[in-house]
Amino acid sequence: MGQTLAQKVYEEHVVRRTEGEPDLLYIDLHLVHEVTSPQAFDGLRAAGRTVRRPDLTMATEDHNVPTLDILSPIADPVSRAQVDALRRNAAEFGIRLAPMGDRDQGIVHVIGPQLGLTQPGMTIVCGDSHTSTHGAFGALAFGIGTSEVEHVLATQTLPQYPAKQMSVTVDGELPPGVSAKDVILAVIAEIGTGGGQGHVIEYRGSAIEALSMEARMTICNMSIEAGARAGLIAPDQTTFDYLAGRPHAPQGADWDAAVAHWSTLRTDDDAVFDREVRIDAASLTPYVTWGTNPGQGLPIGASVPDPAGIADESDRLAAESALEYMGLTAGTPLRDISVDTVFLGSCTNGRIEDLRVAAALLKGKKVDAETRMLVVPGSVAVKLQAEAEGLDQVFTEAGAEWRGAGCSMCLGMNPDQLKPGERSASTSNRNFQGRQGKGGRTHLVSPAVAAATALTGKLTAPADLETAGV
Amino acid sequence: MDAFTTHTGTAAPLRRSNVDTDQIIPAEYLKRITRTGFEDGLFVAWRKNEPDFVLNQPQYANASILVAGPDFGTGSSREHANWALLDGGFRVVISSRFADIFRNNSTKAGLLTVVLPEADVEALWAAVEADPALPVTVDLQTEQVTYGSTTVPFTIDPYTRWRLLEGLDDVGLTERHLDDITAFESRRPAWKPASLPALPTR
Repeated sequence: MGQTLAQKVYEEHVVRRTEGEPDLLYIDLHLVHEVTSPQAFDGLRAAGRTVRRPDLTMATEDHNVPTLDILSPIADPVSRAQVDALRRNAAEFGIRLAPMGDRDQGIVHVIGPQLGLTQPGMTIVCGDSHTSTHGAFGALAFGIGTSEVEHVLATQTLPQYPAKQMSVTVDGELPPGVSAKDVILAVIAEIGTGGGQGHVIEYRGSAIEALSMEARMTICNMSIEAGARAGLIAPDQTTFDYLAGRPHAPQGADWDAAVAHWSTLRTDDDAVFDREVRIDAASLTPYVTWGTNPGQGLPIGASVPDPAGIADESDRLAAESALEYMGLTAGTPLRDISVDTVFLGSCTNGRIEDLRVAAALLKGKKVDAETRMLVVPGSVAVKLQAEAEGLDQVFTEAGAEWRGAGCSMCLGMNPDQLKPGERSASTSNRNFQGRQGKGGRTHLVSPAVAAATALTGKLTAPADLETAGV
Repeated sequence: MDAFTTHTGTAAPLRRSNVDTDQIIPAEYLKRITRTGFEDGLFVAWRKNEPDFVLNQPQYANASILVAGPDFGTGSSREHANWALLDGGFRVVISSRFADIFRNNSTKAGLLTVVLPEADVEALWAAVEADPALPVTVDLQTEQVTYGSTTVPFTIDPYTRWRLLEGLDDVGLTERHLDDITAFESRRPAWKPASLPALPTR
């Protein structure tokens, strides 16, 4: 029987396999940020251990960083102490760090690909669940907890068991205005937040192959929201073109050897998936979430669902509590929901293509007077690129706020937060209760829907703008 | 990590599905750089905003076994969620389905996660709602949950069970195989990327 792409990558990294024990898996790249690492470094110190491979480790500051006034010390003393701890740890253990103000700083999942450190066929981990983003390159990339961060720092390996294999095939052509974000929100709505549990998802099909690398990252990023351990896409010419010439991409003969190997990283025709899901790209429309988990999403043309119509008891209770928290009434058309804030950014949708899509819709127009729009590039490099293209001016002339790079309002560990009761349309990945600020209410959307919503103040698809006369 | 052999305590019925790690402990508590003392953040929004939240009810205030709905621990990989549960006095979480990272983190932190079929979770909910003082025993040696006259078996992979029973640290176990790791490293292709020396964005 053939192997899936994920199985091939996994098998290439098995250091040790013994009956009755987990496999020991080698880790090619360990990304580190300030939130999930301090206790791991303390553990190393307490045991007198060192970092085995500083050269396969890369740290940055992203979760806590303010997006205004970034060259001053962080005002919040607790955030500052955490960032300072990372700086001390990186210096003590010889780890490369891209601190605030550095050209390479940014959200950990944006800078890895940008630097060319993320490559096909690698194993990549980070103390962050959205590490699945790197699967867009055909890497096996997954989030880990702090104990495992310590384990990887010390040994460059992790004990692992092989995952089950799932395929999500998206064939056909996406309609105009429908993006990778809508695809993944539709997938999660279909299989649920636990649908991928225990599985690695491989996204395949003509609609996936047609996507840019950045769009593929958006899809793989939210694999965790479907409960999957990782998500990945077979590398192809699009992948190689993206990587060529990046700072840490192989060069010369190394490039040729790498591409030759990367080209073998495809699921065999006779490989068997444990579960297969098929989605018709042409049937998709922009998706938005109405509830408090990412599986509670619907096409934007739908209405807030009536929990009474949900057969499964725990789903019904979850829907009831979600509507109460979200302050929504069953039957309300999603397009009638007004928002206070639009957040464009995050490791899901904070890359240059996301900003371009939004800027194209906002150009020459004004953000609704009652709505605040925050634009937070995923990295300093994205910010500089956007500024070189004049996108920052488009945003500020439209009345949006142009900020520094970081995780920002995706999880509100910095000052960018919703106030209690405030409602956002957000291009981030989680609509959990209080995620963007205590009492805040989040609707997950694509960058295009975010921009259209900013213009009208209500959840809006880009195609609605013409009808609305905006 | 403390060893886990068997635990007897009372159980709190958390009749909610999709309890994500942002609910178990919100991000603002993750700014701390310590490994203990997270009990103040445990379910803090529900404890503050919902007077009838199960852990606000005095009869469940001292529970050490949490019985939750399906898909417990979804979302963020924060191990702080596992630490907060331990700091809050819990030794066991029972659910019909856990998010993978949460479950994996639990095995590192010494919090036992027990998967039971949904019907068995329902029965346990009913039992501890009828009698909040009902002692519940979770025995990792025999792989059984026992309360009243009911005994329900559960399974856990034998390696993780052994590690929890012995309270063993993963890093120490892996260090027994450093030769294998070194041998593997000698076979890695030369074109694999390294973060050092730093080649910055141009």
